[in-house]
Amino acid sequence: MVGMSLACSLASMPLTKHLNVAIIDSNPALVNGIRINKQDPPDPRVSTITPATTSMFRDIGAWQYLQPYRHAYFDQMQVWDYTGLGYTRYHARDVDKDSLGCVVENKVLQSSLLLCIQNADFQKRIFPSRLVSMSLNPGLKSKQMDGISSEISRADLAKLHLSDGTCLYAKLVVGADGSKSQVRELAGFKTTGWNYSQNAVICTVEHASENQCAWQRFLPAGPIALLPMGDNFSNIVWTMNPKEALDRKSMTEIDFVKTVNHALDHGFGPHPTSSLLGKGNIFSWFGAGVPTSGNGGFEIPPKVVKLASERMVFPLSLRHANDYVSKHVALIGDAAHTVHPLAGQGVNLGFGDAFALSRVIGEAIAVGMDIGEASLLKKYEAERKPANIAMMAILDGFQKAYSVDFGPLNILRAAGFHAANYISPLKRSIISYASGEQRLPLFT
Amino acid sequence: MASKLLHRVRAVSARLKYSRTLSPTLAAFASSRLLSDVAPSASTSPAPQSSGSSDKFEHNAKSSSVRSSLKDPELAKFSAIADTWWDSGGPFKPLHLMNPTRLAFIRSTLCRHFGKDPSSARPFEGMKIVDVGCGGGILSEPLARMGASVTGVDAVDKNIKIARIHADLDPVTSTIEYCCTTAEKLVEEQRKFDAVISLEVIEHVADPAEFCQSLSALTIPEGALVISTINRSMRAYATAIVAAEYLLHWVKEMAGFVYNPLTGRWSLSDDVSVNFIAFGTKNSQ
Repeated sequence: MVGMSLACSLASMPLTKHLNVAIIDSNPALVNGIRINKQDPPDPRVSTITPATTSMFRDIGAWQYLQPYRHAYFDQMQVWDYTGLGYTRYHARDVDKDSLGCVVENKVLQSSLLLCIQNADFQKRIFPSRLVSMSLNPGLKSKQMDGISSEISRADLAKLHLSDGTCLYAKLVVGADGSKSQVRELAGFKTTGWNYSQNAVICTVEHASENQCAWQRFLPAGPIALLPMGDNFSNIVWTMNPKEALDRKSMTEIDFVKTVNHALDHGFGPHPTSSLLGKGNIFSWFGAGVPTSGNGGFEIPPKVVKLASERMVFPLSLRHANDYVSKHVALIGDAAHTVHPLAGQGVNLGFGDAFALSRVIGEAIAVGMDIGEASLLKKYEAERKPANIAMMAILDGFQKAYSVDFGPLNILRAAGFHAANYISPLKRSIISYASGEQRLPLFT
Repeated sequence: MASKLLHRVRAVSARLKYSRTLSPTLAAFASSRLLSDVAPSASTSPAPQSSGSSDKFEHNAKSSSVRSSLKDPELAKFSAIADTWWDSGGPFKPLHLMNPTRLAFIRSTLCRHFGKDPSSARPFEGMKIVDVGCGGGILSEPLARMGASVTGVDAVDKNIKIARIHADLDPVTSTIEYCCTTAEKLVEEQRKFDAVISLEVIEHVADPAEFCQSLSALTIPEGALVISTINRSMRAYATAIVAAEYLLHWVKEMAGFVYNPLTGRWSLSDDVSVNFIAFGTKNSQ
């Protein structure tokens, strides 16, 4: 998805639409197209798109292809934990916006990006194959070119060998091939990171009526998130240790629904009460008044009626490439960084990378520079790395803070909930940052 | 002291008044040269700004166009030098850092002057541009990528060889014509260009007045001329600024070039006190 968004972005800008782009992806859907039946129940693989990402999609002309299909905006979010000591309720009104985000199935995102690129007046060619090896001559860069002659063999180009025997020369190789990126391997980028001892169970569930709020409850083993998908469906992302994950995947559907409801409701601890610290008046001297949603009391999430898809399990890890770029190569998306799903940020960071890279490429072409030039690519890295690392650090911090059941720490977390709920500048800042409007988590 | 300087500036400009309409430029730069004590050809000149050589215009190199006729041993020797010259993290790093900023200025002024579409990837399509003092081709190559038919000239043969090798690596830039020659020789050959660009050169020239005359002669009527230079002495700075302001009417647009040592970046600004780039046009006669 992230790679395709880069291609769409390049196609949409006058400075870059003349570039020759080769898309190397062995997914047959790229060649055959992605057929989406509106009657199908939703796929469990979804992404939460921030408003910033939505507007980027609109800019490149891809959002229009998405709109006919199921997607759900949500304007409220409630976050609490099992201790029952505090909760935070966010509302898009707090930042004068209509929504906090939009939940879309990945296949819908892929399809809309594919349609966007197919309909664009853009020279692209899809190679349904895999990258096998790559050689980066120290002197050369190139965006894909067909037509190899003996002169080019001395040129400053990257040479790629594909599994079907094709040989490509390119000025710039963009690795958008996910967390186990082959491009990253072949280019020799080192990574830092660790595996979380947690897996995520992902599935779609159905309610009796429409769910319009995003819910996240931190449990002792990991958070459970309930994300509205439209048509009475919601997506569940439940993080827990690997053994429990296996159990939950294999238990019967009825039992699974019971455990989900239990986890969202009374399981593991009590509900937070709104009046724990005197309705938040104690905080009113902090900020410019109590935000409107601070007065909305705690709500219990809607009951899950039945399971609507298969259950999938994924291991979670944090990984960050030490460098994103070198001559002829740039990494975007999960190839550069993977994060914990607890805030729905991962793919949004990836889209942010794609649009930043495409802008940097446009700026380079404006001054006639060679697009594979390392100094230019470093500009992209300098823009995205701090933002990505800041986000990763925050998410990792949350993950660690919530994985310990320790009295004083629980109180601290509760204080955090209350602060976020009742101190309006803080709440606005949090929403702004999570929505992608603010690049770094600082008060501005 | 200021009035004495001004007097000398007037004297110089009077001498050149009837030569070309670009004479105010000549005066501006001539005065900076005549009145300054600093000989830019001294070893203090930072090599990167003069494209690697401070003895550019002391040679009377013969006009020769070096095409891809290099033999293998020569190729190997110059390839190594070319790699160093072109290494954006190497000894010529300041020059490479400065380049995008200069190109942004050139793109903006030339597009506006010639009515070209600034959002096009190749706005200079169909234009003939000469890069006087091209060095290793750091300016010529981006200009070629922007669509121009570029001729790069440099009086130092080594630079031309480096430029040729590097330009041949990319089909787009291999169309650049490189000649080891001087501006004066080009004038003798009656070459004409839509835009004449000479950056960081004039401070090394023995006779700036004559140099500017040559640059002007190479420009077609209603063509464009872009010059940049560095002020390296207080006196040169004072006189050049005074002169430029006094004779400002030829300069359509001038921008200062400012280096921020903390970020390591060049940017355009209104501060012309250190290094500046100027764009002017030749009126038809």
